[in-house]
Amino acid sequence: MALLVVKFDLKKRVKLAQTVWFMYWFAVLAGILVLSLGLFFKIELRKRSELMDNNESHFLPNVLIAMGLIACGINAFGGKVCYDSLDPTKFAKWKPMLKTFLVFCVGFNALLIVTSLLCFIMRIPLQFTLAEGLKNGMKYYKDTDTPGRCYMKRTLDLMQMEFRCCGNDNYRDWFEIQWVSNRYLDFSAKEVKDRIGSNVDGQYLMDGVPFSCCNPSSPRPCIQYQMTNNSAHYSYDHYTEELNVWRRGCRDALLSYYGGIMNTIGALVLLVTMLEVTISCLLTVFIQSIHIVLQNCFLSEISDTLKRTANLSLSLFCFLSVSLSSTHTYTHTHTVMGTNRQLLVFPSDLMSRLM
Amino acid sequence: MALLKMKFSQQRRVRLAQGLWLLSWLAVMCGAFIFCLGVYLKIELLRRDEVMEDTDIHAVPNLLMLVGLASIGANWVASRVCQDSLDASRFPRWKVLLLGWYAVAVLLCCLLLAVVVLSYALQGRLEESLKVGLRNGIRFYKDTDVPGRCFQKETIDRLQMEFRCCGNNNFKDWFEIQWVSNRYLDFTSQEVKDRIRSNVDGRYLLDGVPFSCCNPASPRPCLQNQLTDSRAHYNYEYQSEELNLYSRGCRQALTDYYMGLMNSTGPGVLSVILIQLSVLLSMRYLQTAVDGAMALESPEGESEGYILEKDVKATYAEVKAKALDLLKFAQVDPASEVAGAEEGEKAAEASAKAATTAA
Repeated sequence: MALLVVKFDLKKRVKLAQTVWFMYWFAVLAGILVLSLGLFFKIELRKRSELMDNNESHFLPNVLIAMGLIACGINAFGGKVCYDSLDPTKFAKWKPMLKTFLVFCVGFNALLIVTSLLCFIMRIPLQFTLAEGLKNGMKYYKDTDTPGRCYMKRTLDLMQMEFRCCGNDNYRDWFEIQWVSNRYLDFSAKEVKDRIGSNVDGQYLMDGVPFSCCNPSSPRPCIQYQMTNNSAHYSYDHYTEELNVWRRGCRDALLSYYGGIMNTIGALVLLVTMLEVTISCLLTVFIQSIHIVLQNCFLSEISDTLKRTANLSLSLFCFLSVSLSSTHTYTHTHTVMGTNRQLLVFPSDLMSRLM
Repeated sequence: MALLKMKFSQQRRVRLAQGLWLLSWLAVMCGAFIFCLGVYLKIELLRRDEVMEDTDIHAVPNLLMLVGLASIGANWVASRVCQDSLDASRFPRWKVLLLGWYAVAVLLCCLLLAVVVLSYALQGRLEESLKVGLRNGIRFYKDTDVPGRCFQKETIDRLQMEFRCCGNNNFKDWFEIQWVSNRYLDFTSQEVKDRIRSNVDGRYLLDGVPFSCCNPASPRPCLQNQLTDSRAHYNYEYQSEELNLYSRGCRQALTDYYMGLMNSTGPGVLSVILIQLSVLLSMRYLQTAVDGAMALESPEGESEGYILEKDVKATYAEVKAKALDLLKFAQVDPASEVAGAEEGEKAAEASAKAATTAA
């Protein structure tokens, strides 16, 4: 029993062919868009790869670039087929390939759905990479004379100024590490000797932050040193002082920045997927209308493949959404409680949930 | 002897009309580009409005926007003329307009040239305006509690960080003014009292700079205070320290930025002038060729196209004669006036005599 029967005369067929051809070229542009999004994301990751310890995974942008290229190829081929379709002599050479082409299209659409879901999910590994990378970055802030790390100070300073953040979770992270290089410390001074003697590792710790943490919106000149000592500065109370330094942590800032990029890319890829699915449906209708090959078994083959792909994508989607929601609750507890322990429980708990 | 005469067959006329149609649409795009360039420049200038004293430099983007809009209009008209040019019934109504159109096109090219010249000529005014604006900005840096000036601190800080500059000419400008507000000074402390007494105006001056002057590329954490005292910091030499703060002054940085912007638009503007001139010349050829064709017995035949009907000297003499004629028509000729007055008097006398004899 055919679905949604429509009668086609020559004029309608020509109109349909033109529409599908036009939509294919539009889809080529969409493929170029996906490609450029992948390139943009790759470049953004490279720009800050120093802050992620050079450990960041380029899996997602590579997938986007590949999908963009394949989309361009498939859609250009489809456009060519449509262009030739109304001329029987030219169309004869495309006839045998059509079945496989349609199957390819369906498979490609499924892959696109998976890609867009990936965009929303890859936020989680990025969070871990960022946390690790920023912690190390702050440790190497003072090593401006060590080859390979001499630009870490500049990178961190520029990042803190650009993203309006300070430290990993907040500005107190700077109190826990030595960020002044030993070359600039006068070891004969009493103050330096006291500070070094005050902790086990012999580090020069101070309750001060680098200048890049300063907030320009503050009404008073920036207070960077002796921040916890109210008597060191006139009319200063460090508990109520809000505008002096940036209050946000850089991990949050960077994560929301990259999260925003990934959400946008995911939404755009979903739109492209919908466009591709529409085109595939139209192409199926068009091919039917010129009475090619389509015996019932071909139709039922197509509908079977579609059903299977739909089931697969649906189950994949359910799995991914469950894992996403569970990790979301776990990361939420993590930020609230400030420990990493919960996250280690995640994989085994998820497995028990699924079973 | 016509200037730059060319023969145009029907085929060539059609090709010329098509080519000119495309060229005029390209010129419309260029006009839109010039308009967007003007808008972009204006926005960039307005963003730093707070550190500029006067707005003379705004003439450049204003002119660009005006020329852009006029160019879009003129070139759209040109494309319509092209569309109608091969149709003998519709072309004559455009003929009247064309002389005016040529004048407008030449005016647009001159204005674009003027923009390029202005952008170099106004550099001095821009620097002066920035000098005064920045001096005020630095003076009012501490007034974060005065309405109308409370954002000066944020503006100057962000400016120094973005353009990587410090002070007006260099960082020493900060030593000469009080940039710490009195609200945050402990007047009972000896150090504050000393500093206030050390100068005539009773200002709290120090050899320090705000944090926004700090250079992130420096290998050591930023030194902001007691900059002239080499003993106040370990391993620090005031005379030879280069990377600690930004060495450039903000006036120089901003001037360089704006001059760079305007210079980079120079080639674009020049190419738009070339395109506009080529539209103008092609339109003249099309007009003369179509006019020539319409005057022939067989409109499909060959006609001549030229830029000027006679050569330059003859055309100039003709235009001069026409202009003088117009002037003569406006001016009343004294000799003919006297003769006319005499005749009028005689006629009046004659009629008066006739009236008395009749009575």
